This record gives sequence, structure tokens and C-alpha cells, in this order.
Amino acid sequence: MSDTPTVALFATCFNDTMWPDAPRATVTLLERLGCRVVFPREQTCCGQMFTNTGYADEGTALVRRFAQVFDPFEYVVAPSGSCVGSVREQHAALARRAGDAGLERAAEDVAGRTYELSEFLVDVLGVTDVGAHFPHRVTYHPTCHSLRMLHVADKPLQLLRAVRGIDLVELPAAEECCGFGGTFAMKNADVSIAMGSDKARHVRETGAEVLVAGDRSCLAHIGGILGRQRAGVRTMHLAEVLASTEEDPA
Amino acid sequence: MSAREEILGRLRAATTEVTTPVGHRGPAPVIGVPSPGAGETLELFAENVADYRASVTRCRPEEVGTVVAGLLDRAGARSVVVPDGLEASWVAAAREAGVELVPDSGADGALLTAAELDAVSAVVTAARVGIATTGTVVLDHEPDQGRRALTLVPDQHVCVVRADQVVHDVPDAVALLEPRRPLTWISGPSATSDIELDRVEGVHGPRTLDVVIVG
Amino acid sequence: MTLQTTSPIFLGMPSFQKAAKDALRNTQQRRNLAHATSTIRAKRAAVVGEVDRWEELRVAGADAKDEVLHHLPHYLEQLEANLVANGATVHWARDADEANRIVLDLVRATGSDEVVKVKSMATQEIELNERLEEAGIHAWETDLAELIVQLGHDRPSHILVPAIHRNRAEIREIFRREMGGVGRPAPDDLTDEPARLAEAARAHLREKFLRARVAISGANFAIADTGTLVVVESEGNGRMCLTLPETLISVVGVEKVLPTFADLGTFLQLLPRSSTGERMNPYTSMWTGVREGDGPQDVHVVLLDNGRSHVLADDLGRQALRCIRCSACLNVCPVYERAGGHAYGSVYPGPIGAVLNPQLRGTGSDVDKSLPYASSLCGACFEACPVRIDIPSLLVHLRTQVVDEASGRSPEALSMKAAAWMFADHRRLEAAQRGATLGSRLLGDRTVRSLPGLGAWTQARDVPSPPPETFRQWWARTHGYDVEEAP
Repeated sequence: MSDTPTVALFATCFNDTMWPDAPRATVTLLERLGCRVVFPREQTCCGQMFTNTGYADEGTALVRRFAQVFDPFEYVVAPSGSCVGSVREQHAALARRAGDAGLERAAEDVAGRTYELSEFLVDVLGVTDVGAHFPHRVTYHPTCHSLRMLHVADKPLQLLRAVRGIDLVELPAAEECCGFGGTFAMKNADVSIAMGSDKARHVRETGAEVLVAGDRSCLAHIGGILGRQRAGVRTMHLAEVLASTEEDPA
Repeated sequence: MSAREEILGRLRAATTEVTTPVGHRGPAPVIGVPSPGAGETLELFAENVADYRASVTRCRPEEVGTVVAGLLDRAGARSVVVPDGLEASWVAAAREAGVELVPDSGADGALLTAAELDAVSAVVTAARVGIATTGTVVLDHEPDQGRRALTLVPDQHVCVVRADQVVHDVPDAVALLEPRRPLTWISGPSATSDIELDRVEGVHGPRTLDVVIVG
Repeated sequence: MTLQTTSPIFLGMPSFQKAAKDALRNTQQRRNLAHATSTIRAKRAAVVGEVDRWEELRVAGADAKDEVLHHLPHYLEQLEANLVANGATVHWARDADEANRIVLDLVRATGSDEVVKVKSMATQEIELNERLEEAGIHAWETDLAELIVQLGHDRPSHILVPAIHRNRAEIREIFRREMGGVGRPAPDDLTDEPARLAEAARAHLREKFLRARVAISGANFAIADTGTLVVVESEGNGRMCLTLPETLISVVGVEKVLPTFADLGTFLQLLPRSSTGERMNPYTSMWTGVREGDGPQDVHVVLLDNGRSHVLADDLGRQALRCIRCSACLNVCPVYERAGGHAYGSVYPGPIGAVLNPQLRGTGSDVDKSLPYASSLCGACFEACPVRIDIPSLLVHLRTQVVDEASGRSPEALSMKAAAWMFADHRRLEAAQRGATLGSRLLGDRTVRSLPGLGAWTQARDVPSPPPETFRQWWARTHGYDVEEAP
């Protein structure tokens, strides 16, 4: 790895449009750690929503786009376990389903260079203390795709434990799904809300001011329930906490 | 076309894209824990048998009769089925203590009926294999264990296992068994988890399982 | 390849969404399920954690099943030859009707008007009990949970513990009310202690075991190279049925075959630890055809297709046939825990049911169309599966099938196509984003509490308002490119 690795940021369509603070914080953090960050403007979406709802053809078109846009880069980093999970676990399979061997190879190739933020920090940059400062009571929800698809294990927690001033408290039944699940949240809204309500209850039990996760989509769901309950718990992306410093607090 | 031909035809048609030959995966892999030593294996066996609420008694060969008599007495057994090939000395002390010995084959060669078996308190048998990691005894229903019904209908089963019959892990036991014999794997007394997924002992099989480890 | 026909019991089942909505209101059932599944999850985790080579066992289990599934005709013929050589009679059944007819004829030939049954998913799937009852033959379920379901005129809601939705107090009521009508009544002083309930079942069923002349079972495994059938159980009701009657009829799905007896060294580690969370289940019976002087002397095996060849034909979907019916995926599934088993409209509920039923029955009915969507794709099922069935990937695969079979003109399909058009070009996305952020300026910085068309979201969740600036607008402002106009 060169001293100044060039990182292509995959912001993800959801963060880009609805939660820009997460990719912004990712840029701030990576630049602070000495990376050169580029944002390939042609990027749009990983296609996960299409794929997971059964629209494989639409998903495949986005696999092709992703592979083309990010082909030139040594490292692709996204602040989303779920979208990286789709790139790594679904893209090549979609190409295979479409019978496109060239695309399958291209998808596998770029997937091997695509990292979820905490993986990139711990495994590639080799840091756990990123110099962050965040003097708040925080609990962390691991999110299913980071946990069971990417197997990031405790990397996000290693990063959070090294944050100065943080009061990190364990979330009960942390590994259980929050019930978001993409279009599941709409198609099976009743079960989704029942799951999310249990997650929100566990969050409240911790007494945390801030709920942190590596996926804004899960946080939108849990945060939406906490908001409706007037629980007074903020949701923040892991990148925002890690980008926070004494000079420039989040 | 017969159902057999039609089903086999459908299954063949469903797998036409498979190119690997039969037996491609090779022999079944043996995945188990090797014994750390005979003493440790026996210790673990005793611990795991007891963990599922069977009683465990360890004794020397000449003590089996006394131990068996004591176990039958503790459960209040008044009669005991004796498989045709059981070592006679194992039930001699019980007989002297007044427990009725009931042979499976009567003088006319007829075997006990299910109802007759139901009227007997207990059964004493040998075993084929013991498994340490799971606390299991396996019967292969040789004459020293009797046919399957004997260890099922009476409410107490005293099972005598020789120390040298105890293996460490499940694959070791599978390798020792003769598949064409009827086999019964027993791990603790009969139990159920059907009420709120919590285990309770004592349903249709013997509610008392006493394992005697000899040697 | 022929699909299963939808059975009378589950005909006209509503979609999973509808059924789950009703089930969620049943707070007693939700409490029962949450309690039971959390108990079993902890037990499973403890005994799986004891096995250092668990991952190797899972791979070996999947490999053994794949070997069989790739060469099923070969292994079935081998199984059949070994069964016949050991005195058993083998029958083949294309579908539920044929299997039921075979069993009914065999029972009639014995002259018995009753049978005792070992818990068996295959006979539930073909609804054998209902067919026998129609013909005047009583089928007594002898597994405790099956007994609770049968006495309660209820439907199973779990593979391993069909009465998981009932708690001890409800079970006591069912026993007191129903046992006397079909045999020995429950004792007057019956309490709701599990040990007393188990004792009542013992007393009630014993007279049936002792007089039974015919038993019907399934099999957990059928060993091709020896002709051995294996039944894994806890209570001893299985042993009673497999040992005491003169006639034994086993209905076995064609996918239950294992290549060799040695494979039991793997599967007898995987199944009990995954299923009841025990190192080993109390009783496992193995029998190979007929044993003179020991057990049933008239032994029949019915090999059942009933849609399995259809599942086999999909080279991705066929991994669902590895399933050994352990229920681990149900016990870890957050959707199952809340919706309960009945919403799946089949004797196979939970994650495995969500992938198996639409493959066995096709995706024509409301419930089968909805089952692939009955999951948040959290992946807990795949992680727990002892034979590594990638249930999340299969669900996505089946969703594609559902979409491909639909007209393509539904509101969902149209909005997906519109979204795909937008994402096909970043300039279109940027134009759409400008529209969205403009909307946010009109709304001000308030959290949206309701929005037309978002009813499913907003019933209990706030909607975040769009930010004043998208990420790419920020990037253009701070790092330097101008946001172009859309073409």
C-alpha cells in the first residue's frame, strides 16, 4: 500500500440522497487518516433494492454500472455494510444468472476491492484508534449484513472503544435483526415494526443518548420508531462518531 | 409406467446438468474428537450420562451383582426381566434379595407379550458401546441385551457397560456397530422438550436409567 | 416435474402478510413463542459451542446430502435393494394421493381399525391422518406435541414442537377436556407442571401402545448402503411404535437418503445439537428391514416424491432438499418468533418453509407467492443451518421467480422500472435529488410524520425529511465538480 492510498468512495444512493452526513464523515475521516478520496460521479446504486425484491434484471444493470464505474480503483469504500454485502455476495451471482461470464469476472474483481468502512480502517489501514473524540453515552447495533454477510465481527466495536470520552454500553440482544430488511419494512410492515419495537426497547434500556450503526437504512427504521416514541435517542452512523474530534465535534 | 419408473425418471431428468460421477465426494469424513486417554474418556462418559439425569455407578467386575441389586432396590423394583444371554451373576444378588427374575423366553419358548412386560418393574442388560462426548449407551440387542421391547416397556433400565466398551466420540461408535442389527441409542431416561421447549424427564420409555460402568 | 397440489387443509390460505398481521395480535401466542424460542436458542448455542469442529461437520453434512441429491436414482435403487434383501417391502408414491392410498390399503389388509403414529413430517405433509379417519381408521399421534395438536383440533406451528404456540396452562386444559373422549382421561388433579403433563400423556397412550397392531412412521435418515432406517426422538413413543406392533409402515421422502452408514457419525452430531439443543437426543432407533423375533415382522417403506423432483430440478433451489428438519432456522428467526408458524400456511413453517413450500407447491397461490418475502434477509437461519442451506439467497432467488411470473404491470413493478431508469444514469439521479431536496425546503426542517403512499412506513415510524443538500452537492461544493443539468 502506498503512503497515500487513493480511495474511491461509494456513497450509496440512500446516503447520498437522504443521509449525506455519513459519506461526508467518511470523507473527513479518511482524509484525516492520510487517504486521497475520490468520488466517481457516475456512481448511482448497488442495485440491492431491486435484487432483493426480485427484480434481478434491473439489479444486473446496476451490477454492470458499478463494475464499470469502480474498475479503475484499488480501494472502494462504502459507509454501508448492506450495500457492500450486496456487492460482495450478490453481484457475481447476478452476472452468472444473466449468463454473462465477462461481467461475472469483472464483478468478482471489483468486489474483492470493495470494503465496508470498518473493514477498510482495521484490515487495510491497520488502525483502530482513529483519533476521535465523542463524549457521549453510545450503544452500537451491529446490523445483520455487516455481521452475517461480511463477518466484520467486532471491528466497529474496536474502533468505538478507542474513541476518547465515549461511554460505550452494550445493547441487549444486539445481534438480532432490527426488522428493516429493505422492502420487507413495507411489504411486511407489521412484523417489521414488531421487530423494530423490540430493538427500540433494548436501545432505551441502555440509557444511551446515541444509537450507532454502520448502516443508515437500519438506523432510519429504528430511529423512526424511537422518534415516534419521543425516546430522545439520536441515531448516528459509525463514520460520524469516528470523524468527530475535539476541534470539530459531531 | 409404474410409479417407481416415473419417479426415477423425474429425478434423472431433474439432474441432467450434474457432471460429477456417483461417489464423487469420497468416503464419509470422520469428524470427531480423539480420546485424550482412556481415563479422561471414561470420566467424560460418566459426567455426560449423569448430566441427562441417569444415575452412574462405577464398580469392579465382582461388584456388579451387588450394585445392580442396590439400584433395583432403590427404585422399588419387585420383578426384573432378564435377557436370555445376560451374565447370571449380575442378577444373583437381586434374586437373593427377593426380586423376581422373569426370563424373556418361557419354558414353551414363547416370548413375553407387551402386556406381560408392562407388568414387570425393571430390566437389566449389557450394552454394546458407550459414547463419552454425548453420554450415550448403544444397544445392538445381542442376547445379553435382549430384543428391543425389553428395554422399553419396564419403567427402570439398569444398563451395565464395560469400561473398555466406552469410546470417545460419535464417529467411533458408528464405526463399531453392525448396521444390520437393530440398534437403540439411549442418552438418559425418556424425556420431552415439547412443553415450552424445556426438557422434562419421564415419558414413555423407562423413567429411571441406571448406568453401571464396570472396570 | 410435478408440483404438489395444495392440500384441503391449507387451501385458500391468505398471504403471509395478512396471516402474520392477525397472529401479531395474539399476545399470548407471541409470549409463548418468545419464551420457547429464546430457551432453545440458548441451549443450541451452548451445545454447538462445545464442538470445535462444528464448521467441518456442517460442510460434511452438506456434502453428504449433495452427493445423494446429485445421484438420487442411484442411491434410491441401492436403498431399495438393501431393504428388500432384508425382508422389507418397498412402495413408490408419486404424490400425496398415491402415498395415502398405499398406506390405507396396507392398514386395511391387517384388519386393524387403528394405527399408532410416530411424529413424521412426511405423513403430515400428505395429510395421512385425515385420509385414514375418512376411511374409519383412527390414527393416534403419540408424540407429546402432536398429541396436544391432535387433541386440541389444532394445526402444527413448528417442525420439532408442533404445539410450541401452546403454554403449559393451555395444554392442561386441552388434556382435561379431550383425553377422556378418545381413551384414558387425564387425572382430575392434573396440574400444569410439565412433569405431570408428560405423565398424563404416558398413562393415556400406554394402552394404545400395548394393543396396537400397526404403526406408521417417517424416518430421519434412510441409509443407502445398508437399507437402515433411523428415527431420532426423545420420549420413547417412537420406540413403542417401531418395536411393539406387528406391522410397520414408514413414509419416507426421497431426499431422506444418506449414502453410507458412516455418515451417521456426522448427522448424529449435527441433528440433536441443532434441534433440541442436546448433545444427544434420548432415543435413536435404527432398523434394517425385518429382524426375526424382534420388532415388526411386516415392514413396509413408502418412498415419496410429492413435489421433491420439482425442487431438485432447480440447481440452486435443490439445496433446500438437504434439510434434516431440525428447526434451528425457525428457532433463530425473528420473523417466525413474532408471526408464529400458522402464517406460513404449511406443515413446514419458518425460513425453511418459506423456501420449501413455494418450490414444492409452486408460486401460484397467495400464500406461496408471499412466502419468499416473509424474511428480512437477516441471515440468522443460514448461520444456524447444520447442512448450510443458504436460505437468504434462496429467498431472493424465489422472489425473482415470483416477479418473473407476474404481469410486470403492478404498481410495484412500474415504480421499480422507474427507479431503475433513474439509476441507469447519474444525471437522472441528480435531477431527481434536486426535486427531493427542493421538497425538503418547502417542508422545512421538520420530521415527516405522515406522507401519502408511505402508509406502511408511517404507521409507527417517523420519516426522515430529506437533507438540504445531497452528498454529491456537498462534494461538488467542497471538492470540486459542478452539478450538471440532467439531459
